[in-house]
Amino acid sequence: MTDISTYAPMTMARKVDVSSSAAKARIRARYRSEALFKSYGIAALVVTGAFLVMLLTNILMNGLPSFWQHSLKLDVPLTASDIDPTGKGDLKEIAAGDFAAVARKALEAQFPGVDGRSELKTLSRLISVGAGDELRQTVLANPKLIGQTVQSRLLLEANSDLYLKGNGGGISARTARGIATPTGTTGTIKILTSANDFSDDFQKSKSLLAARAAVLSTEAARLERANTPDSLVKAKAARDEAAVFKARYAQPAQVEKLDDRMPSTLVEINGGLVKVEQILDTEIEGRVLIPLRSTDDAKAGDWKIVTYVTPESNRKTTDLEIAFLERLKAGGKVENHFNTLFFTAGDSRDPELAGVRGAIVGTVLTLLVTLGLCLPIGVMAAVYLEQFAPKNRLTGLIEVNINNLAAVPSIVFGLLGLAVFLNYFNLPRSAPLVGGLVLALLVLPTIIIASRAALKAVPPSIKEAALGVGASHQQAVFHHVLPLAMPGIMTGTIIGMAHALGETAPLLMIGMVAFIVDVPKGLVDAATVLPVQIYLWSDLPEPAFKAKTAGAIVVLLGVLFLMNGLAIWLRKKFERRW
Amino acid sequence: MDTMSTTPSIATQVGAANMSTAASHNGKVTARDVNVYYGDKHALKSVSVDIPDRSVTSFIGPSGCGKSTFLRCINRMNDTIASCRVTGKIEIDGQDIYDPSLDVVQLRARVGMVFQKPNPFPKSIYENVAYGPRIHGLATSKSELDEIVNASLEKAGLWKEVKDRLQESGTGLSGGQQQRLCIARAVAVGPEVILMDEPCSALDPIATAKVEELIDELRQNFCIIIVTHSMQQAARVSQRTAFFHLGTLVEEGKTTDIFTKPLDKRTQDYITGRTG
Repeated sequence: MTDISTYAPMTMARKVDVSSSAAKARIRARYRSEALFKSYGIAALVVTGAFLVMLLTNILMNGLPSFWQHSLKLDVPLTASDIDPTGKGDLKEIAAGDFAAVARKALEAQFPGVDGRSELKTLSRLISVGAGDELRQTVLANPKLIGQTVQSRLLLEANSDLYLKGNGGGISARTARGIATPTGTTGTIKILTSANDFSDDFQKSKSLLAARAAVLSTEAARLERANTPDSLVKAKAARDEAAVFKARYAQPAQVEKLDDRMPSTLVEINGGLVKVEQILDTEIEGRVLIPLRSTDDAKAGDWKIVTYVTPESNRKTTDLEIAFLERLKAGGKVENHFNTLFFTAGDSRDPELAGVRGAIVGTVLTLLVTLGLCLPIGVMAAVYLEQFAPKNRLTGLIEVNINNLAAVPSIVFGLLGLAVFLNYFNLPRSAPLVGGLVLALLVLPTIIIASRAALKAVPPSIKEAALGVGASHQQAVFHHVLPLAMPGIMTGTIIGMAHALGETAPLLMIGMVAFIVDVPKGLVDAATVLPVQIYLWSDLPEPAFKAKTAGAIVVLLGVLFLMNGLAIWLRKKFERRW
Repeated sequence: MDTMSTTPSIATQVGAANMSTAASHNGKVTARDVNVYYGDKHALKSVSVDIPDRSVTSFIGPSGCGKSTFLRCINRMNDTIASCRVTGKIEIDGQDIYDPSLDVVQLRARVGMVFQKPNPFPKSIYENVAYGPRIHGLATSKSELDEIVNASLEKAGLWKEVKDRLQESGTGLSGGQQQRLCIARAVAVGPEVILMDEPCSALDPIATAKVEELIDELRQNFCIIIVTHSMQQAARVSQRTAFFHLGTLVEEGKTTDIFTKPLDKRTQDYITGRTG
C-alpha cells in the first residue's frame, strides 16, 4: 500500500476522495441543500394553494347565495278589475294591467287583521316591484285565467330575501309559564301574566342601561381630557344622559322602556304578535304588529316570548317586516328556488330583479369582435415577422415596440379608443363594437408574441424538409410550420382573450360603464361587460348588491375557467410530436 | 444541352464512375470557381468540380471544411441563410442554377435533398410522400397520386414495411424507416439529383446498412451526392469521392484512387486518421 501511495501523486494526479470525513461532510451538505430547496418549493406551493383555496371559498360563499332567491308561493286571485278593466280581453291592455296590485292584494289576504296604512305599506314593500311580472307572463300566455285564482310565485324584495337567507340575526323564543291576559286585540295593549315571565327581559334591559351608562361615562371622561370648549359641551351632555340611565337602572322595580338599541322583545299570543315597548316583571305594554284573535286568557305554554337578538337599529329589516316574514315562513308560503332571473335578466336598480344576462351577452359580443380582429391580424403579423420579414433595423424597431405595447397600461388603450374610435370615427358610445376594437388593441401584442414564440418553437428541420421537396417559402410556412404552431397560437390567443375578458379600465373610457337594462341585440347597441358590471354593482350601497357582485364574480370566474379549460383541451388535442 | 448526349451512355454501369476527370465538363452537376461567404467568413474557396450522373459521389472531410455548405449550394438551400453569399457558377445539365430567371422552387424539385436527421412531416406516411407531387401537380387524379406514393415507397424499400399503415403518422416509424421515408419523399417529386447530408449519422448500423443498400440501388436512376463523416461509408457506397479541407476542394477522383493512392498529403493524412 505504501508503494502505491507514493506513486499515486505521480500516476493519477487527482482521485475522487469518497471515504474521508471531509467527503462525507460534502455529501451531507449537498443532501441538506437539496432537501432545503425541495422544502422551499413545497412551502411555496402550500402557501399558494392555501391562499387560492381561501380566495375561492370566500368568493363562492359570498357568491353562491345570490344564485338562490326566496319567493312567496301564494294563491293569487286574478281580479278582472285590476288586470283587464275594460273586459275586452285585449292582450295589449292586459299587458298594461296592474299585476303589482294583484300581487299585493294576494299578500294582504294572508294577514286579515292588518289594516293600518303603514302596516299595509310595510307589507307591500316585502315583495319586489317586479313581483307581478311572472303573473303577467302567465296571464298573457293564457288570458282565460282572468277571474280565476292561480297559485303563483311572487318575488320577494331583496332585503326580505337577505333576511330569509339568514342575514337578519338570531331569533330566540321561549314558552311562558304564567297565564297571560291581553287587554286588547289591536293598537297599544297591555299583557299581564300570572308568573314573572318578563323578569329576564326586564333585568336584561336594566343591565343594558348600566352598560350604556358606563360607555357614556368613559366617553365623557375622554372628552373632558380633550378639554376644548366644544368637547366639554359634549362631555356634559354625555354625563347628563348617563345620569338619566343611572337613575333608571338604580330603581329595580320601575317600569323600563325598550328602545331600538336593545334586542326587540315580542309576545306571540292568541295568533297575534305584540312588540314590547314597556316592561315589568309581570306586565308589558306594547304595540300590536299582527292583530290578536281575541282578548281571551292564554294558558301557560300557549303563548311565547320572542326575542330578535339584533337590535332594530342594527338591521335592515324592521320588527314588523320580520314579524310578517316569520309568519309567512311558518305558514309554508316561502319558497327558496334557483334564481333563474339572475341569468335571464339585464341590470336593474332593484337587486332582486338584476341579472347578468346583459353583461354576458355584451361580453360575448365584445370578445367576438376582439377575436375576429386579433386572431387573423395577430397571427399574420407573427408569421410575417417570424418567417418573411427581412431582419433589419426597421423590423427590429417594430419588434421592440410590439413587446413594449404588451406592457402599456390598459387604460391608455381606453384613452386611445376614446380619442380615435369615438371622437374621430364617431362610433357609438358603450357599443360592443368599440369595446372589441379597444380590447383588440390590448390583446394584439400578446397574441403576436405568443404566436411568434410558437412559430419559433417549430423545428427548422420541418421547414427545410418542405423546402427540400420544392415547396415555396410560403407553402412551407402555411402547409407545415403554421399548422404545427397552431396549438401554441391557440393557447396564446385564449390566454389573451381571457385577459380581455377581465379587462375593465379601457371599457370605462369608452362608456361601457353606463347603467344598461336592456340585453344588447347587436354590435352597436349600448352594452356592458361582466367585469364592468361587477365594478358597477360593487359600488352600489344596497347590501343585496354585495351578494350580486360576488355572484357575478363567480360567473366571470366560471367563464374564465371554461376558457382556460378550452385552451388546455385544444393544446392536448393538437399537440404533435416531431 | 450537350451534356444530355453523354448521360445515356453511362446509363447503369458501375463504370459510370470510371468516367474519370477527362469527362469533367460532361458532368451532371458542374461547379466552377464557387466561393461561399457567411458574412465575412470565407467558407468555401474556389471550388470547381464535375459530378457525373447515375453514380454516387461522396464529399468527405473534417468538420467545418465546407462540404455541407457546398452541398447546400447545389439546391440553393443556402438562400434561406440571410448572411450567405455565393459567387461562381454551378450548372445542372448546363443550366446555371444561380441565374436570376431560374425559379428556385423548380430547381429544388429537380434537386431533392435528404437531411442528416430524419425529418418526416408530422403527418401520415402517405401524406409525407404525396406532399411533393401534390404541390408540383404531378398527379391529376387520386389513383395517379396513389401510384406515385406506391412507387416512391417501393423505390425507397419501405413499401413492404408500411403498406398496411399508410395513414399512420410518419413520426411513429423507427429512425431508419423515417430516413427511408424522407428518401421516398425526395424521390416522389422525380428529381434528377439527390443530395444527402450525412443521411446515416443518426442511424444504427443495421438501419445504416439498409440506407446504403438503397443508395446503391438509387444510383441507377439518379445523380446522388452524399456528405459523410464515415470514410468506410464513402468507400462502400460511392464511385467518386471529393475531399474538402478548410474550405477548399483538395482532391476529387475515383473512390478507389482517393483511398488507395491519394495525390495530396492532406488527403492521405485525413484518410489515414492523422488529421481530422
